[in-house]
Amino acid sequence: MALRQCAIYGKGGIGKSTTTQNLVSALAELGNKVMIVGCDPKADSTRLILHAKAQTTIMSLAAEAGSVEDLELEDVLKVGYGGIKCVESGGPEPGVGCAGRGVITAINFLEEEGAYDENLDFVFYDVLGDVVCGGFAMPIRENKAQEIYIVCSGEMMAMYAANNIAKGIVKYANSGSVRLAGLICNSRETAREDELISALAAKIGTTMIHFVPRDNVVQRAEIRRMTVIEYEPQAKQADEYRQLAIKIRDNKNFIIPTPITMDELEELMMEFGIIDEVDESIVGLSASAEATA
Amino acid sequence: MAALTREETEALIQEVLEVYPAAAKKDRAKHLAVNDQSVEKSNKCITSNRKSLPGVMTIRGCAYAGSKGVVWGPIKDMIHISHGPVGCGQYSRAGRRNYYVGTTGVNAFGTMNFTSDFQEKDIVFGGDKKLAKIMHEIEELFPLNKGISIQSECPIGLIGDDIEAVAKKANKEIGKPVVPVRCEGFRGVSQSLGHHIANDAIRDWVLENRDGDDSFQTTPYDVAVIGDYNIGGDAWASRTLLEEMGLRVVAQWSGDGTIAEMEKTPKVKLNLIHCYRSMNYIARHMEEKYKIPWIEYNFFGPTKIAESLRKIAALFDETIQEGAERVIERYKAEYEAVIAKYKPRLQGKRVMLYVGGLRPRHVIGAYEDLGMEVVGTGYEFGHNDDYDRTIKEMGNATLIYDDVTGYEFEEFVKRVKPDLIGSGIKEKYIFQKMGIPFRQMHSWDYSGPYHGYDGFAIFARDMDMTLNNPCWKQVQVPWKKAENDPVAVAASA
Repeated sequence: MALRQCAIYGKGGIGKSTTTQNLVSALAELGNKVMIVGCDPKADSTRLILHAKAQTTIMSLAAEAGSVEDLELEDVLKVGYGGIKCVESGGPEPGVGCAGRGVITAINFLEEEGAYDENLDFVFYDVLGDVVCGGFAMPIRENKAQEIYIVCSGEMMAMYAANNIAKGIVKYANSGSVRLAGLICNSRETAREDELISALAAKIGTTMIHFVPRDNVVQRAEIRRMTVIEYEPQAKQADEYRQLAIKIRDNKNFIIPTPITMDELEELMMEFGIIDEVDESIVGLSASAEATA
Repeated sequence: MAALTREETEALIQEVLEVYPAAAKKDRAKHLAVNDQSVEKSNKCITSNRKSLPGVMTIRGCAYAGSKGVVWGPIKDMIHISHGPVGCGQYSRAGRRNYYVGTTGVNAFGTMNFTSDFQEKDIVFGGDKKLAKIMHEIEELFPLNKGISIQSECPIGLIGDDIEAVAKKANKEIGKPVVPVRCEGFRGVSQSLGHHIANDAIRDWVLENRDGDDSFQTTPYDVAVIGDYNIGGDAWASRTLLEEMGLRVVAQWSGDGTIAEMEKTPKVKLNLIHCYRSMNYIARHMEEKYKIPWIEYNFFGPTKIAESLRKIAALFDETIQEGAERVIERYKAEYEAVIAKYKPRLQGKRVMLYVGGLRPRHVIGAYEDLGMEVVGTGYEFGHNDDYDRTIKEMGNATLIYDDVTGYEFEEFVKRVKPDLIGSGIKEKYIFQKMGIPFRQMHSWDYSGPYHGYDGFAIFARDMDMTLNNPCWKQVQVPWKKAENDPVAVAASA
């Protein structure tokens, strides 16, 4: 089987890293050879696989050694649960330097060092929530990830973010082979959440590939720096991740998204009662001004 | 060849514009004009300080070049760090010929390149720590430095390094001025914004250093020379005239200059501005804050020198006014001899210029003193106040071109057929290969000084040896030669 490269995007804090690691564990359980590439200076994309606080990153090792050319692949690549290969690009602490450049440097290093060997079935890129610059789009450029999964929930801002990411994909889809492969709903238990995300997915031109319910077992596993698959394999939630893994393994629905306008998105949210119809007469009025009006 | 008429010059501009696509044509048309001395404000006829068009050859530099290369670099007793990757500093090192007195590497650092030499990790993790470390290394290796400036290259603006915080901390630790300059190359349309940013850094980090300190003994005749970069020794040839007329030159900005001179400048009575474009900002600031008046002067060629000396002297008492006359008288025999020798060899020769900040207008008088005429001129990065000052210096119906493109310049030259072109290194070999005598007017073609009476003698000699060099008679293709001299061809057959 040819190597499939997938990138996971979505609003910050939506649960990308947790979902990715559980999903990847389920894929490994099914016998797949998988690598995770963490593309976030926080370097928390592999901790549940490695049972580590945070993996030593490519960029921090490069800084220590002098330059990235001084590193060997085995210095940065760790193997964890289910034989999953783990690397973290790493980057600066908040407020200094350029994290985007860190991602670019790290991915180039992995390619040059032959990390993408032919025995791999899947590579998953877990990318920082806000695609703030070109560096964080690196995983979806030519010859990198070709399938994008967007993690979202029924909350307004998560849906805005999903639609915006779809816009970003269009840009690269038209010049390359990157495609949107589906929305993963990581439930926040908002009203009619599965219907809403399915409707949003349909509008964008894709599907909600799976609805992952909320379950405290995820947190219990996280405290132990483990995935649910490893911590409590018989848990119902573990089966949810297994289903997601199977759906992704069998997924053939790769499309160029058709992101919707702000008005369409607001209409959709109104339809589902997430927001009320905008009362134009109160826009820009402070509480005190409203009281005296 | 006879000069072009106004109509012919206008037609030439139209013809040259013809090859451009519509949008480019519309844009470039605003930057090309036929001079009309009756116009008061240049914005009626020419647009300047705009972004260059993609796809044309422009000669412009960047904001870093304006700050590090022009304004700050010549301050000889400071160390100027090119903060970022190695290339910007290394490939511009020592290129501007700002002469200075001092022992390089000991108490002067003008021709050396100091850089933070950014690597990938400095981009990703930020360069602040490295910068802070460099300050201390500099202190250890070059203890006689009098201060440090941080000249930002492009990446600094992209990754948002807090160089101001590093500068403040280092200033406390080493007890010397440390000046952060945000002159990232991508800012602005040319080096011009770099001059402005550099001036602002001097205003914010240097000029106030001696406020409230009256220990410096002033005299009524204290002046500062501002905007002379001492290229080939220009500032020295200028300073001597000012001193001979009785003035005391307290500071030279920035050619052969020191940070102490900059700090003392707010104590002077008058600021003398040579390069208006690169230093008018700081002159205006000192006028506002310290009530120091400023005037522009021009030390190219005896006519402008005498005019300028008298204009400066008029702002002082009779001693200085007599001094000015004495200086003019003293050099009279010398410059008259220069004119007597070279004018007959250069009379009537026509010149086209394309230079930087002040020379497109300032050298016109020097050519005229030698009987030559400037028939076309333009600025790389001038603003409209530069063109305001140029209109009156140039003859009617001459060509004015702003941020001229390589194509336009060549076409203008083909038609106007000047006897001499004065421009930069990037133009030099193109025009020489076209068989036209050429002088570099940024670097003085490794000669100089050209300022002052001493400089005028060198200027006249250089123009003569370029223009009347016998080599130009040899620049002829064989088939043209055949037409002219069939016997020679037959003999060599």
